[in-house]
Amino acid sequence: MSNSSSPLLEVKNLKKYFKTPKGMLHAVDDVSFTIDRGRTLGVVGESGCGKSTTGRAILRIVEPTEGEILFDGEDIRSLGKDQMRRMRTRMQIIFQDPFSSLNPRKTVSETIAEPLKLNGIITDKGKRMERVAEIMEIVGLAERLYNAYPHELDGGRRQRIGIARALALNPQFIVCDEPVSALDVSIQAQILNLMDELQEKMGLTYMFITHDLSVVHYFADDIAVMYLGRLIEKAPAKELFRNPVHPYTQALLSAIPVPSIHNQRKRILLKGEITSPVDPKPGCRFASRCPYASSRCHSEEPQLKEIAPGHFNACFLNE
Amino acid sequence: MAEKTIEIKDLVVEYRTRSGVVQALNGLSLSIEKGKTLGLVGETGAGKTTAGLAVLGLIPSPPGVIVSGEILLNGKDLRALTDKEMDQIRGDAVAMIFQDPMTSLNPVMTVGDQIAEAIKIHEGLNHGDALKKAEEMLEMVGIPRERAKEYPHQFSGGMKQRVVIAIALSCTPGLLIADEPTTALDVTIQAQVLEMMKGLKEKYEMSMLMITHDLGIVAEICDEVSVVYAGRVVEHGTLADVFDNTRHPYTEGLFNSLPNIENQAEKLKPIRGLMPDPTDLPLGCPFYPRCDHAMEICRTKKPPKVYRNETHFVECHLYNEQNIGDKEEKWR
Repeated sequence: MSNSSSPLLEVKNLKKYFKTPKGMLHAVDDVSFTIDRGRTLGVVGESGCGKSTTGRAILRIVEPTEGEILFDGEDIRSLGKDQMRRMRTRMQIIFQDPFSSLNPRKTVSETIAEPLKLNGIITDKGKRMERVAEIMEIVGLAERLYNAYPHELDGGRRQRIGIARALALNPQFIVCDEPVSALDVSIQAQILNLMDELQEKMGLTYMFITHDLSVVHYFADDIAVMYLGRLIEKAPAKELFRNPVHPYTQALLSAIPVPSIHNQRKRILLKGEITSPVDPKPGCRFASRCPYASSRCHSEEPQLKEIAPGHFNACFLNE
Repeated sequence: MAEKTIEIKDLVVEYRTRSGVVQALNGLSLSIEKGKTLGLVGETGAGKTTAGLAVLGLIPSPPGVIVSGEILLNGKDLRALTDKEMDQIRGDAVAMIFQDPMTSLNPVMTVGDQIAEAIKIHEGLNHGDALKKAEEMLEMVGIPRERAKEYPHQFSGGMKQRVVIAIALSCTPGLLIADEPTTALDVTIQAQVLEMMKGLKEKYEMSMLMITHDLGIVAEICDEVSVVYAGRVVEHGTLADVFDNTRHPYTEGLFNSLPNIENQAEKLKPIRGLMPDPTDLPLGCPFYPRCDHAMEICRTKKPPKVYRNETHFVECHLYNEQNIGDKEEKWR
């Protein structure tokens, strides 16, 4: 068995490229990080930065182009189809949109029972249904919804089904891809609290992908910031918010609208928009929008370096 | 007393569907003074968008019916106007920006032509002159004029929303209704667009109705805020009233549900339960089933409006004569 002090997930030099008519799209480009057991890594960035693709590549829902993924010490890219299927009982995913990620023709209980049935975990139908009832209780779905269909339920309850489905196999690790983005704030808080409790109770490890920085600040232990396929800064959540070092992270944090009229923070307005991830030019990908860019930034790619314990940064400015 | 650009009084709107009557607005009132911005805040289904559509006379009918109430634009009753007269006002005196810039533009028309269209209709310019003005508008929202010849699919989401804003502002409306204008955008782009809107609002001395679910955006761009629940304004005041002297339990619940990066609570305190079914609203206070302070009277009687000061009011029984929340405060 594996060493319990080693990280649960270790990602090394992960790359995912997509062939497009215009050239090679670098969705995820040489990303490395680890997540310790029972911890939450928040992955933030704007649309198209590669955060969702990273999550999917780790579960091999999309096959990585290059790189190593060690789960509990085991290299999962070397696993065959059957072995990978067994591995997936330990690593699950919750999707963003509770409206399109559920089968409209299956009832709540059928949806939650599906993974148990497919993986042959519980073959006896009666016992399976007992387990489903148990999971429904854990995620706060009332018993009367057992035979309800998704269209009869609101967004919050649907996302509870998504969580229940992921929990059914008793996983160790869950990729949460924008799990609360489609929900109203009062419901969002209910789901975040539920996920928090489940983590404590079941010792879960989360990779929490989101564009919402206030949510990730609240929820994650560590935060990784991505920009155009690259991981540009990673630090413990509090440290990142207190002391953001990369110019992009600084701009990103300053752009969050704060629900207070006493906010004194100065906003850094970025020029322009995200550039194309197709055949990116050499150099730092943020250089064209960066207020501090020098000629070096346009020719050489900065690498991720540890600048303080646990705080990694990829920028020439702070070397 | 300052001049009011828009005033809505006791507006009642229903959607009469086969599965029941949806009570979208239940006596909603609001007003905006010239040059001011009012934030209309609430969750999905609170009636925010319906309020915006009502001003423009764009409530889909059927099933939508304006049952009663008044909508006064610069003192003129919009409900009394004919369709033709309404066409004159829409896009000229009042314009609206919709949430989704991906679907609110015509995909087979260049952006220049789309901006020019409104100018031609309302200002009677010929195509050439209108196009020239359209290019000026594009530059004003930060897009090079050469791009007027391009089609929407050639623009990113943030750029498309700038185009939509250029269309809305092309006839310098006195009132701009912005329905979640930045919700579909990334935060750094949102910051750019909000900054631009703030500048343009001042430049044209426009009044603005900012419909949003994001209290952070309200804090940034609004002068006053109305919190909407089940089709009524349950709390209203200046930013200082509502943000620093929050009184309605629903508003309080909204603030407690938000992870705040400036002031981090250990655990979020969500509002329990769900929005009431709009086809079957509770008899008394609509928030009663979810409220931690609910009393017997809340179940049976609709709470009246009570004022904490000249600008700040709530609709909540906690602040009536017998149940005054804080003895120091005088509620009228």
